[in-house]
Amino acid sequence: MLKYILLRSLLALAVAFTVSLAAFFLLNVATDPAQAIAGEDATQEVVDMIRARYGLDQPLPVRYFEWLGGVLRGDFGESYYWHKPVAELVAERAGVTITLALAALSVTILIAIPLGALAALNPNSWIDRMALGVAVSAQAVPNFWLGLIMIILFAVMIPIFPVSGDDTWRHFVLPAFVLGASSVPAIMRLTRTGLIEVMGADYIRTARSKGFRGGALLRRHALRNALLPVISVLAVQLGQKFGGSVITESIFAINGLGRLALESILGADIPTVQMLIFVFAIVFVAMNLLADIINAILDPRIRIG
Amino acid sequence: MGKLLEIKDLSVGLPLPAGLLHAVRGASIGLDRGEALGIVGESGSGKSMTALALMRLLPQRAVQGGSITFDGVDLGTLSDAQFSQGFLGHRIAMIFQEPMTSLNPVYTIGRQLTEGAVRYGGYSEAAARKRALALLDRVGIPDPVARLSQYPHQLSGGQRQRVMIAMALMLEPELLIADEPTTALDVTVQAQILDLLAGLRREMGMAMILITHDLAVVAEQSDRVAVMYGGEVIEEGEAQAVMAEPAHPYTQALLSAIPRMDGPPRQLGAIPGTVPSLLSPPKGCVFAPRCAYVRAECVAARPPLLGDSAHSRLCILTDAERPARAPAAPIRADHVMGKQDVPVIDGRDITQVFTSRKGMFGPKHTIRAVDGVSLTLKRGETLALVGESGSGKSTLARIMLGLALPTSGTVEMLGRPVADLLPLERAALVQPIFQDPYSSLNPRRTLAEIIARPLTLRGTDDTATIATKTREAMEMVRLPSRLLHSYPSQLSGGQRQRVAIARALVTRPQALVCDEPTSALDVSVQAQILNLLTELQAELGLSCLVITHDMAVVHQVADRVAVMLGGRLVEEGTCDAVLRSPSNEYTARLLAAAPQFRPEVSGVQETFA
Repeated sequence: MLKYILLRSLLALAVAFTVSLAAFFLLNVATDPAQAIAGEDATQEVVDMIRARYGLDQPLPVRYFEWLGGVLRGDFGESYYWHKPVAELVAERAGVTITLALAALSVTILIAIPLGALAALNPNSWIDRMALGVAVSAQAVPNFWLGLIMIILFAVMIPIFPVSGDDTWRHFVLPAFVLGASSVPAIMRLTRTGLIEVMGADYIRTARSKGFRGGALLRRHALRNALLPVISVLAVQLGQKFGGSVITESIFAINGLGRLALESILGADIPTVQMLIFVFAIVFVAMNLLADIINAILDPRIRIG
Repeated sequence: MGKLLEIKDLSVGLPLPAGLLHAVRGASIGLDRGEALGIVGESGSGKSMTALALMRLLPQRAVQGGSITFDGVDLGTLSDAQFSQGFLGHRIAMIFQEPMTSLNPVYTIGRQLTEGAVRYGGYSEAAARKRALALLDRVGIPDPVARLSQYPHQLSGGQRQRVMIAMALMLEPELLIADEPTTALDVTVQAQILDLLAGLRREMGMAMILITHDLAVVAEQSDRVAVMYGGEVIEEGEAQAVMAEPAHPYTQALLSAIPRMDGPPRQLGAIPGTVPSLLSPPKGCVFAPRCAYVRAECVAARPPLLGDSAHSRLCILTDAERPARAPAAPIRADHVMGKQDVPVIDGRDITQVFTSRKGMFGPKHTIRAVDGVSLTLKRGETLALVGESGSGKSTLARIMLGLALPTSGTVEMLGRPVADLLPLERAALVQPIFQDPYSSLNPRRTLAEIIARPLTLRGTDDTATIATKTREAMEMVRLPSRLLHSYPSQLSGGQRQRVAIARALVTRPQALVCDEPTSALDVSVQAQILNLLTELQAELGLSCLVITHDMAVVHQVADRVAVMLGGRLVEEGTCDAVLRSPSNEYTARLLAAAPQFRPEVSGVQETFA
């Protein structure tokens, strides 16, 4: 088991570096960072000067390996825009984003799993149809629109939550709901189909033949089996919430990594973008690894081959 | 003391989109304490539904009528909670057909064994564990203490069924229901499990309902037998009486459809037609459309229940009116045309090695699925390849078909190495027939398209030729041409397997490789298919390689037998010689394990032969 985790972690790192390599070349081909730093109206001399000063006149492979060398020493370079170490910048903003992502995931779990389970236990009932309706509409509504509507409803018309910012827990309620809602349809459906399948399984019939009914049957025999696939998807969703909160953070003016990503992309702040991509990739792969480990703990068929 | 169980006029209906499916109609069954009742029937006869109704395990939508009385208590008056906590496990327990999926994969054996006893049986954790250990030991699980902390996937199918049995016996039920408990298991394991059940029943003085499609199993294991057909109990009585003197035409036909190991192989008594649709049950006798003795009264009204409690049947025929059946003609005398010493498929020294990894980084494992086997299929003969699951027989069959190349060794077809043959040439020489006719036919194509497919693949584009050849192939397998434009989903299992055979024959191959051609079929349908294969072979001079685990099928169709164990050929010889005096210990075990009618029961022989 330990060996498995270790090997998977190494693999995760390899994936993260591959992603960073691709990102590095794409970024430098798509934009001219020197021009962006100097501004649109700058003369050629100024641009050249900046290019030389930041080492942007070096060939791309050389610059990548310089960056890589820095990363291995824990140095992600200095932001062109904010003029301070990128690592410091990311560390400042990460807390807010982690809070938002976890809150959003909780919203997803709290809505999607009970709703999916209720729908599965009463297939084709009004609960099932209502759950399906919720899923379809949640899937159809774009995130930014839901965000704006929530602001209008619960911050302007009925002002119970602040419009924007990230100072208190109240600031996180609306964005967490908006970000969490986007994952509800997928998780709800997965819970529903998984549980329906499990409730029809032979081992549930066996448990019923031993006298198990209702809640005891669900808790002691069905739930763990039904949640195995849900856990894998939840982990991926958490990764997405971490990296994909760009729009939500912008709408609610939350000073997290998503907003930082947006600002640094607009400012062609390559060291910052580069580190964010690296961090997002690591988080994503780590979440997948975590899902595999949880599945292995819950499912003996994975743990003991 | 009254009967332990009294089922009266039970009916079960399942609402389907097409209407109400009458799965069980007016079934009445009684059972004394300590008695063993066998319920026999083919698929769709309602035998499992009867048991599920008794256990209250029917689907929620099912409609149930009639009454069930257990030890004087009318179960219909009990609430679901009263029944599940007062009866399930304590007084009635059940084991199921599929040991591979009937245990929860994510919990330990120990937890699954003890949880019911602790939760509903008043056992302490420690007492339940002690009882579980004793039972595991009794059902023949080695090292029970270690097993308790293991998971179902670490056990073999036979072991899982033993665990299921131990689990059902935890609270010493008065009645054990076993629904096809051995159907999914290998032959040698089947015999062990059946013996175990019989022994446990005697020790615990328990009553048992054994549900099976296998008449031989019932004959060996039960005191009484109920024969079900089309949702009705059509014959019921003491096992000896029913087996020796079957009174209902269906039971008679069913008994004559079973391939028997005693005496020379005879034409099997196939029942014409198919099982009736239970969506609109007939006004009269449910068997009338297929019955050889049908009269006008049979169709007009339900038949009366004749006979006494020792032996009764739902049939209008009195003992005197029932004609004695003509003896079946022996088959497979040596007049089969073209039986020669010419090899059609010649496999020499075939070895197939599979390598697999455990996980992404695990160590490599190699499995020798087939290990140095030489096997020759001669012109006009039927060679049976026998072995249990995992013996490598299906892998060998794929290689003999030319569908896979072995790791080492050669296969020659009519003297040419199979590697040199083009796929089309190979397909013209040998064709496969697979086990499961439900999944081996493309559901989106009509029969005409399915059967003609090998022709179009060979580039025949003359529609007239294709139509003629398709029609010929359908005639060969006795499929009416009105089915030409139907889809597989509209056919019964037997008809589908005929389609598979027609498809295989349309290019007029020299040889057929049949992988368990009848093991997914009911006894009466198996008889139709086995008869058909025997006839076709005589007509066309085909060579057949038949893969099977069923010794009775071997006896019925084979000229020669090859027995495989662990990838090796352990015995080979003529059918007569091998079945009469097996030289290998494993072959002998296989033969001993095959369920057979006991001598005292085979009065059937006299009645028919």
